[in-house]
Amino acid sequence: MILQALAFYLFATVLLASGVVVVTSRNPVYSVLFLILAFFNAAGLFVLLGAEFLAMILVIVYVGAVAVLFLFVVMMLDVDFAELKKGVQSYLLPGLGIGGLLFAELVIAVSAHWHFAPHAVPAAATPKGLTNTAALGHILYTDYIYYFQAAGLVLLVAMIGAIVLTLRHRDGVRRQKAWTQISREPSDAMAMVDAKPGEGVE
Amino acid sequence: MEIGLGHYLTVAAALFTIGVFGIFLNRKNIIIILMSIELILLAVNINFVAFSTYLNDLVGQVFALFVLTVAAAEAAIGLAILVVYFRNRRTIAVDDVNMMKG
Repeated sequence: MILQALAFYLFATVLLASGVVVVTSRNPVYSVLFLILAFFNAAGLFVLLGAEFLAMILVIVYVGAVAVLFLFVVMMLDVDFAELKKGVQSYLLPGLGIGGLLFAELVIAVSAHWHFAPHAVPAAATPKGLTNTAALGHILYTDYIYYFQAAGLVLLVAMIGAIVLTLRHRDGVRRQKAWTQISREPSDAMAMVDAKPGEGVE
Repeated sequence: MEIGLGHYLTVAAALFTIGVFGIFLNRKNIIIILMSIELILLAVNINFVAFSTYLNDLVGQVFALFVLTVAAAEAAIGLAILVVYFRNRRTIAVDDVNMMKG
C-alpha cells in the first residue's frame, strides 16, 4: 500500500511538473518532449488505477503517433518562435489569476469526501476474473459496437481531411503517367514499311 | 497514506488548470495551444478512468477510449490546418487570423 502511494505521488509530481514545462518552455521541441514525458506518467497513473489497456493505448497512440506528429511539425516548419514569444509577460498575470481561480474552484468541488449512493448501479460492472483488456473488449464489441464504429469513422474522416488539406499539386514537376503507359498500343509506336533496295526509308 | 478518488481528481484538476493556463500564456503560438488542449483532454481522461475504477464500472474506460480517438483526430486536423496556414502566410501567429471573417 505504501508502495502504491509512493508510485502515485511520483507519477503525479512528474506529470504536473512536465505539464508546466510544456506550457512555459521557450523551445517548442522541449515542449513536445515534455509532453511525451507527461503522457508516460499519465500511463503510469492509469496502470495504478487498473486500466492497463488504456495505459498501453496512451503510450502507443499519443507517444507513438500524436507526439511524433507534433515533433515533425515543429521541426519541419521554419517558424520564428522568438517572435511568437513576445508579449508573454503581459499574458502572465491574467493567466495566473484565472488559472488560480479555476484551480481553487476545481479543488473545492473535487476534494470533498466522495460517497457513492448505495442504489447507484454500474452500467457495466467490472467482471471478476477477467483481465482489463478482455473485460473492455467484451463490452466494447457488444454494447458499444455502434459507438466503436462511429469512432472509426471519425478517424477515417480525420485521415481524409488531413490528406486533402495538405495535398498540393506543384507545376513543373514531371510525374509518371501510369495510365498513358499502360494504354499504349503497338500501332501507336510501330509501322510496317515496305523498304525498296537501294533507297532509304522516309 | 490511502490514495483515494480525491487524489486522482486533484491531479486531474491541476493538469486541467495547467492546460488552460498554457492557452492563456501562448496566445500566439498555436502549436503550444494544441499541446495545451491535449493536456486538458488527458486530465479529462484521468477523471474518467478514476471514476471508472472507484465505481467498478467499465463504461468510464470505454468513454475515455472515445475521448482518445477524438483527441487524435483533432490533433491531426489541427496540425494539417497549421501546415496549410504556414504555407500561405509564412507564420503561425494566430492573432492575425482575422482575415477569415466574412
